[in-house]
Amino acid sequence: MSDDPGVLAYASYLPHHRLHQASITGVLGGKPGKRARTVASYDEDTTTMAIEAARAALRANQGDPASLLFASSFPAYADKTNATTLHAALNLPRQVRASDQCGSVRSAVAALLGGFHQSGTTLVAMSDTRVGPAGSPDEIGSGDAAAAFVVGYGDPVATLVGTASATAEFLDRWRAPGDAWSASWEERFGEDVYLELATQTFEDACERASIGVGEIDSLAISGLSPRAAKRFTASLDLTDGVLADDLSAAIGYTGAAHAGVQLADALDRADPGDVIALVVLADGVDVLLLRATAALADRRQRESVAAQIAHTDDTLDYASFLTWKGLLQRPQPRRPNPERAVAPASYRGVGWKFGFVGSACEKCGTRHLPPQRVCLSCHAVDAMRDEPMADEPARIATYTIDHLAFSPAPPTVGVVLDFDSGGRFSCELTDCDPETVHVGQRVELTFRKISEASGIHNYFWKARPIHADTGGKEAQR
Amino acid sequence: MSSHGIKDRVAIIGMGCTRFAEHWDKSAEDLMVDAVTQALDSAGVDRDAIDAYWLGTLSSGNSGMLLSKALKIDYKPITRVENFCASGSESFRNACYAVASGAYDMVMAVGVEKLKDSGYSGLTTGGAPDDGTSLSLTAPASFSMLVPAYAEKYGIARDEIKRAMTRVAYKNHYNGARNSLAQFQQEVPEEKISNATTVAGDLGVFDCSGVSDGSAAAIIVRAEDAHKYTDKPMYVKALSFAAGPGTGSYDPNYDYTTFEEVVQSSKDAYQQAGVDDPGNDLMMAEVHDCFTPTELVLMEDLGFSARGEVVADTLANKYALDGELPVNPDGGLKSFGHPIGASGLRMLYECWLQLRGEAPPERQIKQRGKQYGLTHNLGGRPGECVSFVSIVGAEKG
Repeated sequence: MSDDPGVLAYASYLPHHRLHQASITGVLGGKPGKRARTVASYDEDTTTMAIEAARAALRANQGDPASLLFASSFPAYADKTNATTLHAALNLPRQVRASDQCGSVRSAVAALLGGFHQSGTTLVAMSDTRVGPAGSPDEIGSGDAAAAFVVGYGDPVATLVGTASATAEFLDRWRAPGDAWSASWEERFGEDVYLELATQTFEDACERASIGVGEIDSLAISGLSPRAAKRFTASLDLTDGVLADDLSAAIGYTGAAHAGVQLADALDRADPGDVIALVVLADGVDVLLLRATAALADRRQRESVAAQIAHTDDTLDYASFLTWKGLLQRPQPRRPNPERAVAPASYRGVGWKFGFVGSACEKCGTRHLPPQRVCLSCHAVDAMRDEPMADEPARIATYTIDHLAFSPAPPTVGVVLDFDSGGRFSCELTDCDPETVHVGQRVELTFRKISEASGIHNYFWKARPIHADTGGKEAQR
Repeated sequence: MSSHGIKDRVAIIGMGCTRFAEHWDKSAEDLMVDAVTQALDSAGVDRDAIDAYWLGTLSSGNSGMLLSKALKIDYKPITRVENFCASGSESFRNACYAVASGAYDMVMAVGVEKLKDSGYSGLTTGGAPDDGTSLSLTAPASFSMLVPAYAEKYGIARDEIKRAMTRVAYKNHYNGARNSLAQFQQEVPEEKISNATTVAGDLGVFDCSGVSDGSAAAIIVRAEDAHKYTDKPMYVKALSFAAGPGTGSYDPNYDYTTFEEVVQSSKDAYQQAGVDDPGNDLMMAEVHDCFTPTELVLMEDLGFSARGEVVADTLANKYALDGELPVNPDGGLKSFGHPIGASGLRMLYECWLQLRGEAPPERQIKQRGKQYGLTHNLGGRPGECVSFVSIVGAEKG
């Protein structure tokens, strides 16, 4: 156990789809480039992605956190706590406080810093979806992602050994409520302000931690101003290999989530004893210095950032991207629009709808998904125990490709699943290629947005192919 | 099951059926007026003779007043009945039991549906307000799940099943082409059927039944009174209805190759009617071919084909108009059309024509077996459905 606070567990989430720069220039013209960006699917938003990162982080953590903080510059709800949805999806006890720290990119690192010093551990989930005008550097240069950290006192994988912050009031980048993307001032103005702030803050952090620049093994700079990041880096005399890739060429700059994704990437790569420096340029500067511990070797996130970057679906076309981002209006299928999810019914079934908690009969063991009061096998009444099933793998028992159902990304793939550990469940399959879906295919659950109606986001669980199985094709008999 | 049945206690003395079509020019009320008037004429009775009514409809109106307002019926009991796509059969079942119980002398079962005013091409029934966690698939998608599961269980290639599905569609269009009341009255070549645009799973456009408007009606009396009105009544031999527990979507034992509700209700109906060998005893069957794989599965569930044999039987034309056991000689839901509340009574209407030798010559089936007709009406979807089976006959005893 450590006397200093630290990171106890961590995870990142990169969505399945990528948009390549060539897809944009192929339509709009201009020089083709090699950049790519992550794209949240039509059924993902900052809440669903935060949950995917958070559930992965909690798997590596022992016990429940005392509180949950959600940070995003593009929250799904402006006037409802988004963190309560995370709370429910993670099946956290009621006494775990859940709150939002949303609005600006800086919210995320502030939430992270605040979490280190709470009594009890804090789960900090940061998530963002970002876009820019068609053809702009912000369009290909932005990305969607999430990261989650359990921070506080305990047995950390990395100890927080120093921090420093600087704040200044200056107009660099902003977005009016309701706008789809942010605007920015002339970049050289922000660049100069950031450079001054970063230089001073970084020195302060190192001095407080008694760590020289030469002792830093990995330096990650995350920022709204790439030019400022570049100049700041150049001003340091770094050994080769210390400066971490900022990942933006592969995934874009993911806003409030980006510092978290970079920190997760650094933890993926660090050896015990390594010193990691994270510098965040966002309406001010925040610096974190962490030292990896021996525990890191056994508690890295299951799928590294690099592996998530490598495992990608590159088939997304520009028109679909624009449609998913709500920037291209296309005809709706001739089906009724989705009904809104009903508040009392959603509340009654919160364990099922958000937490994927089924029930198993105490008398005969039959599992029910959704949970039932009357057993389908022995008909016992009110003899059920709760069964959380969100992390259980399953396989497809039968399926269909529905070309008629209402969907922002037709066709809808409907699957009937049998869980490895028992239980039957019917849902939609997402992040898949309809051509390769087959009986017996192995899948896992993912938290998604099923529909929107009257401003209400209807969240529930879908299945997605397990990575190892995605490329496989069983011969059709 | 433990139902006793009311074999030969009641009989149909008159029926009416509109054409099933996209009746842009008719309302639900218009369709009911047409069907009811035709049934009264058929039985040669005045409407005052009708003691009570049952009205089956899924979504075309509420309360029996839908019917009383249309026909200006004065103060008779009219019960609106809904049981998914089996609503018309449910109205018939209730009407029969009412006469058999002795409560009424003459009753009418009516079914109606006016789907084409909804503005959508498929069914759009909204359920009760809920939490939004149910999988939202269209009906063709739900029923298309039968195909991969059946292929998996019996080791039959999906291409082969597709051929049988195509044959079902071909057969039912062939039959519907000989039916002036059918929505679709053309034969369709098999290659056109199998190459049609995919709508869900292995189902193309031609694997789906017609979305339609229509109405049908039947007048029922005690069997001993039947000959007062007609010299060719149709006797009710069996009425069976099974509502499933609806656990299919979460029961790991459900394999998507059968409808247990159909197995249960047909077993009960055979017991009520004294049918030991449906393949030989029945002259014909009208089954709920909402989609082509549905008809395939029903042949096994109704005991017409052995398990795993329906593909071969279908490709051997066992169920064709001139086959061993004609199924859906009027074109079925596929070709006649499927106005939800009316379909169950439309099936009885075909029995009414066939068993009494009044079908058009090009569609008339040779009499065989006990001269019994079976109707099967299904509502819901695989894993959670209701099933109605009736057996009617031209002779008493």
